[in-house]
Amino acid sequence: MAAETAPAVVASVAEERVSVASNWRLVWWRFKKHRLALLSALVLIALYLVVLCPEFFSTQDPEATDARLAFMPVQRVHLFDGTRLSPWVPGVVGKRNPTTLRMEWRVDESRKIPVGFLTAGHPYRWLGVAPARLHLVGAASTDSREQVHLLGTDRLGRDQWSRLVHGTRTSMTIGLVAVMFSVVLGVLLGGISGYFGGLPDLVIQRAIELLQSLPTIPIWLALTAALPRDWSPQQVFFAITVILSLVGWTTLGREVRGRFLALREEDFVLAAELAGASRRRIIARHMVPTFLSHIIATSTLAIPVMIINETSLSFLGLGIRPPAISWGVLLQEAQNLQTLALAPWLLIPGLAVILAVLAFNLVGDGLRDAADPYSQ
Amino acid sequence: MTRYVLKRLVLLPVLLFLFSVTVFAIVQAPPGDFLTTYVATLASSGSSISAEQVEALRREYGLDQPVWIQYLRWMENLAKGNLGLSLEYQRPNAELIGERLVLTVVLALFSFVFTWVVAVPAGIYSAMHPRSALDYTLTILNYVGVATPNFMLALVLMWSAFAYFGVSVTGLFSPDFVDARWSVARVVDLLKHLWLPAVVLGIAGTARLTRVMRANLLDELNKPYVTTARAKGLSEWRLVLRYPARLALNPLVSTIGWYLPALFSGSLIVATVMNLPNIGPLLLRALINQDMYLAGSILLIYCFLTIVGTLISDILLAWLDPRIRLEES
Repeated sequence: MAAETAPAVVASVAEERVSVASNWRLVWWRFKKHRLALLSALVLIALYLVVLCPEFFSTQDPEATDARLAFMPVQRVHLFDGTRLSPWVPGVVGKRNPTTLRMEWRVDESRKIPVGFLTAGHPYRWLGVAPARLHLVGAASTDSREQVHLLGTDRLGRDQWSRLVHGTRTSMTIGLVAVMFSVVLGVLLGGISGYFGGLPDLVIQRAIELLQSLPTIPIWLALTAALPRDWSPQQVFFAITVILSLVGWTTLGREVRGRFLALREEDFVLAAELAGASRRRIIARHMVPTFLSHIIATSTLAIPVMIINETSLSFLGLGIRPPAISWGVLLQEAQNLQTLALAPWLLIPGLAVILAVLAFNLVGDGLRDAADPYSQ
Repeated sequence: MTRYVLKRLVLLPVLLFLFSVTVFAIVQAPPGDFLTTYVATLASSGSSISAEQVEALRREYGLDQPVWIQYLRWMENLAKGNLGLSLEYQRPNAELIGERLVLTVVLALFSFVFTWVVAVPAGIYSAMHPRSALDYTLTILNYVGVATPNFMLALVLMWSAFAYFGVSVTGLFSPDFVDARWSVARVVDLLKHLWLPAVVLGIAGTARLTRVMRANLLDELNKPYVTTARAKGLSEWRLVLRYPARLALNPLVSTIGWYLPALFSGSLIVATVMNLPNIGPLLLRALINQDMYLAGSILLIYCFLTIVGTLISDILLAWLDPRIRLEES
């Protein structure tokens, strides 16, 4: 008897939990079931930690050039020294080739450069204010010539790991900011279009169609080529986010419009109108919350597209410009076959792009599935 | 149906006019003009040009005229089928663009065919064998395919072909055929080189399409009519291909409208990396050198290709799906 009722009781308790839970709690419960999405969310959190303070995660100054250290290969990290846990990287010795005049590097496994955590390195300003010298990893050696290049160096002898970490800040922020612009534009214009209908709807719909039939990449290139050459990196960054979101908002605008059109006919909107709620209150309190989770899911899926676009534009030399660092700027170093043959590790920033885009896509998919908690 | 297509065709010139204004506004927006860039290039290479000569050239190219007159002159030439003169190359734009345009379209179409030939069967298989080993493999490949920027894929392929096989996979022709006249041998040579860029360009789309096909078909397979057909003893393959697969294809066809144009503009990046002779790298150079009539004409061609791509998909969809046809009439 008891064994029979127990599951029923559990089920009804669970049902009760579901029926009293808030919308957001339901979304969270469903999202939690997606192991991969959860894992990807952790990856994204880690990436944004890097965005907050790239200096702490870098091992050297990303701008420091040293022609004598050009094209140094990746130094593989060894965790154990014999059986003792003590990370080290092999020393690398360079010799100039007398015919090509190029530095040729050879890994010298016998020379061990110890790697330490939380070491003191080049000075920087923590979050742009507090002066600091602390770095997550670095060469734990007193000899300043013994340095760690976790991902090798580029043509000017700049440390690629440090540059990658700084590029993460630009690339991850640009995606986020561009999508934020798109969301504001999309919700505003899509909302006007869907809620009011009539002439505004007609004008906005035609504008969306016009923008969507533009060939995106060529037009973006033309627009970024038109940016004045003497603009500061901040101005260029801002301009590029605006250019990217100029087309980006249209998809969201369409979706929001569709939702508004469907919701306008719902009973609860009519009820709110009859109860004398103002238009603003109906939109903000009754309509928007019902599809907010969808907007979040859609915009999460839009961020990786923005990241790929920024990377491609910068790669072609018309996006973020050096001395600013972004993933695309880093990959520009790997643009021709000669350099690639010489220094294939210059492709590593591409892995960062793939990782970030993959994580955003998985989280976005998880959110999209979780966004509608009442559907089964 | 005819009315629907006609309506679209009437809209085409209107759209092109709007785009031409936008495009012209963009290409002449940068401060300075072609001659400022030209003088700067000359100065950096050590030679110089007198101010009078620059003024004479400026007058000759009409760069001293107000913007709207420059626009009208461009339009007038376009109406005559004349794409203008490239300031940098000193050759008619039409001559520069001609063959490159054909190669742009051919590359996009090849990618498109590749995408569909791979994505549809892969999607069907995945939907018929959900949670099988191959389904999981395909899913992982799809996620990675969507996440990889195509220039990255091109770089990796170029590098591995060079590092492991010692071959260079750039360009669309072997050295012997680059400047040769069109012949059967040249077409064969083109096909030999074309498949790799076509695959690179199509990978992301293939991944996306496979996922859509799988999801659509899975939805269809749960419907009662499929159970009925199965109960009647239809073989599994015939059962799936006969109705559900066709229904699942419909939403896919509606993606052609943005996919084909996306291939046209996406080929720009792949072409730049792999050094393909299509209009992408030409546009890039023209933009950097402020060769504005060439840049403007290429941009307008991209716009035209985009509109035509959308038009083709609209027609296809109306032809495939009777519901759309009825709605329009």
